[in-house]
Amino acid sequence: MIDAKNITFTYDEEEPKKYVLKGLDLHIKRGSFVAVLGHNGSGKSTLAKTFNGILLPSGGTVYVAGMDTKDETKIFDIRSTAGMVFQNPDNQMVAAIVEDEVAFAPENLGVEPSEIRRRVDECLETVNMSEFAKSSPSRLSGGQKQRIAIAAVLAMEPECIILDEPTAMLDPKGRSEVIKTIKELNKSRNMTVVLITHFMEEAAIADRVVVMNHGRIEMDDTPSKIFSQVEKIKELGLDVPQVTELVFELKKQGIDLPSDIITIEECHRAILEKLKKGTKND
Amino acid sequence: MFKDITIGQYVDGNSVIHRMDARVKILLSILYIILLFVIDSIALYAVFGVFTAFLVIISRVPFKYIIKGLKPMLYILIFTAVINLFVTGGETVLWQSSLWKGLKITKEGLTIAVQMVLRLVFLVIGTSLLTLTTTPIMLTDGIEKLLKPLDAVKVPSHEIAMMMTIAIRFIPTLSEETEKIIKAQKARGADFESGNIIKRTKAMVPILVPLFISAFKRADDLAIAMDSRCYNSGKKRTRMKQMKMTWIDAAASGVMIAFSVFVIIIQRF
Amino acid sequence: MIKVTGLTYIYQQGMPFEKKAVDNVSFEIPTGDFLAIIGHTGSGKSTLIQHFNALLKPTQGKIEIDGIDVTDPKTNLMEIRKNVGLVFQYPEHQLFEETVYKDIAFGPKNMELSDSEIEKRVKSSALAVGLSEELLQKSPFELSGGQKRRAAIAGVLSMSPKVMILDEPTAGLDPKGRDEILGELSTLHKQNPDMTILFVSHSMEDVAKLAEHVLVMDHGRIAMHGTTSEVFAKSGELKKIGLDVPQITELTHRLIKDGIDIRPDIYTVKFASEIYKNLIKEAENV
Repeated sequence: MIDAKNITFTYDEEEPKKYVLKGLDLHIKRGSFVAVLGHNGSGKSTLAKTFNGILLPSGGTVYVAGMDTKDETKIFDIRSTAGMVFQNPDNQMVAAIVEDEVAFAPENLGVEPSEIRRRVDECLETVNMSEFAKSSPSRLSGGQKQRIAIAAVLAMEPECIILDEPTAMLDPKGRSEVIKTIKELNKSRNMTVVLITHFMEEAAIADRVVVMNHGRIEMDDTPSKIFSQVEKIKELGLDVPQVTELVFELKKQGIDLPSDIITIEECHRAILEKLKKGTKND
Repeated sequence: MFKDITIGQYVDGNSVIHRMDARVKILLSILYIILLFVIDSIALYAVFGVFTAFLVIISRVPFKYIIKGLKPMLYILIFTAVINLFVTGGETVLWQSSLWKGLKITKEGLTIAVQMVLRLVFLVIGTSLLTLTTTPIMLTDGIEKLLKPLDAVKVPSHEIAMMMTIAIRFIPTLSEETEKIIKAQKARGADFESGNIIKRTKAMVPILVPLFISAFKRADDLAIAMDSRCYNSGKKRTRMKQMKMTWIDAAASGVMIAFSVFVIIIQRF
Repeated sequence: MIKVTGLTYIYQQGMPFEKKAVDNVSFEIPTGDFLAIIGHTGSGKSTLIQHFNALLKPTQGKIEIDGIDVTDPKTNLMEIRKNVGLVFQYPEHQLFEETVYKDIAFGPKNMELSDSEIEKRVKSSALAVGLSEELLQKSPFELSGGQKRRAAIAGVLSMSPKVMILDEPTAGLDPKGRDEILGELSTLHKQNPDMTILFVSHSMEDVAKLAEHVLVMDHGRIAMHGTTSEVFAKSGELKKIGLDVPQITELTHRLIKDGIDIRPDIYTVKFASEIYKNLIKEAENV
């Protein structure tokens, strides 16, 4: 779906030190759910912006569904294939009424009015916001606004959706609403998802986690394999879920537990087994 | 305080006025405003009041929204009334200050003060009614369509309409933000209420700098978000909601034109 | 000591959008407490905290801080704001001066302190939030996100308040930035036993790490108020009002449901690993 080949990026060509991306290769498969982690300034946001041609790499090439993002004649095809949702829900809304917001992209693409109507209704339904079609976004919660932003991207009928820290400014309820919506899109529609996030629990639900550090890819594996390396993750300025840390601490004290635990369910099962086994031997 | 601004707020509904074509509504609102400045007799203001009340009733916009729109105008209204009341000279003196002879109220002053206040009140009600019954996008689309003929003389009708759309969208966001910044600086002991003009102007810096920075950041973010959704300043753009004129527009225009003719005739004689 | 009595606040009273944000709330906070205020968005937390430094005047009720009624219109506002520092959400959005130094000095300057005293305070509060001295002469807009946040917190700290209130101090930061702020708050609390610190948070993990007491708000009322372990021990009630508990607490409560005998008030990884280690070793050795 997305293919980044040896890309570099700098905002300032003169200063080689200031390269934000320092040569990285990344291939994102169609239908996959990839989480990108990294501390602030690791280059993850910049990377995301090269995926739909908002930023063009200083060196190397990014292909979106086979199209080179440098190809100006294809820029609208690229942007409607790889839609993008941003961090601040307030700053990405153009219209003062929800349904007009969702209609914005297809209107730009010159889609027929009746078809726009159909897409708007369908996309609002998908993110579960149909009842707010006529509301003003300023009266919605953060989570609702981000769902509208997702619907507004879906209205382009993209194959891939890139989300740049979509939950950073939301409360826990809003966060879980947005994550649920994203997961559903990936599962039921086979939509390719690239989720950039600071929240480890969100990365834990992806199929694949890419960890960025100083403009390079530091780790790239399944969530359980990534988070089981507790010390390395912390060294990179990141965190692991509390249960993973607990298992890590227990293992350090000589208790034998599987190292790839990242959810409460897994941890619960593993500890319960330990405790039950003890009583059985009794 | 900023939340009281009703311009840019839309009240969903299905009244005759809601269903009118935005272009027609804008043109008729302009006609309404012109009439407001043509008339100058108290009797005609009464007629105007009845007509405006009629419009509010058929629009089915809750009355409290109309009042809310007038509330922030209160000080301007009082100010206008006081200035006109005391500054306008005239023959018939109704009241004169015993301390200072220059301070007096004349019949002419009173008439002008009442007229000015009524004009402002009707102006606000009329324009609020337009924005309360028209979605912002329809309003700006309407303006864009009306300005379209001027493209020939290089008026960027689409860009003007887009700017207005964004402005309307960001009024609530920025007003909320302003309130928050004011509170945050107050929490650090900032004082906006005392001192002379220079001191007070200086006191605005801690509000304005953060506000500008945030507005620029928002503009930047918005531009990227619009780019990402393939915005290309109006080229080959379509619209979800098509504007169509119906018999309602014809009827409304008829009523409004008849009313205007009536007002102008009365005014003349 | 802070004493809140029958506090009620109604937004836009008599208007179409009238809303009771805080509803007849009474509680006490002892001096030197480290209190977390939790509750979902719209539960009244933000409205409540703006009463402590008189940014909002209650519709009813009062707040006394060390015997001074801060809700009394006759109380000197400057006196209140000197004693009660409030750091808003995303406080870095309020930075405005040319240099970090001047920005941190804004509060003390408004208090009309002497230049030498201002300098002393700027330096000590910058130190307290971990900003090095050479950063002080930089423009605040050159700093990184985490540094900006800390500079903004220093801007309130420099007023040397007796009560320090922070609205979601870690919102939007990456894990490293989050841990830095939490660490500084914890140090601040240890070094200033007389300073009362209140913070609003959505992150139960942060609350678990820092707070001594927790106040839970729901629909403008107080749903719970107790020590951190007392509050987290009642995970059922927290969930009922739509709040989470730390993962560790959730895990423990699930194990309790399975009939395992563990204390319910576990909420930090450190404590949990101690308890679970013993539990598992015991089970293995039997």
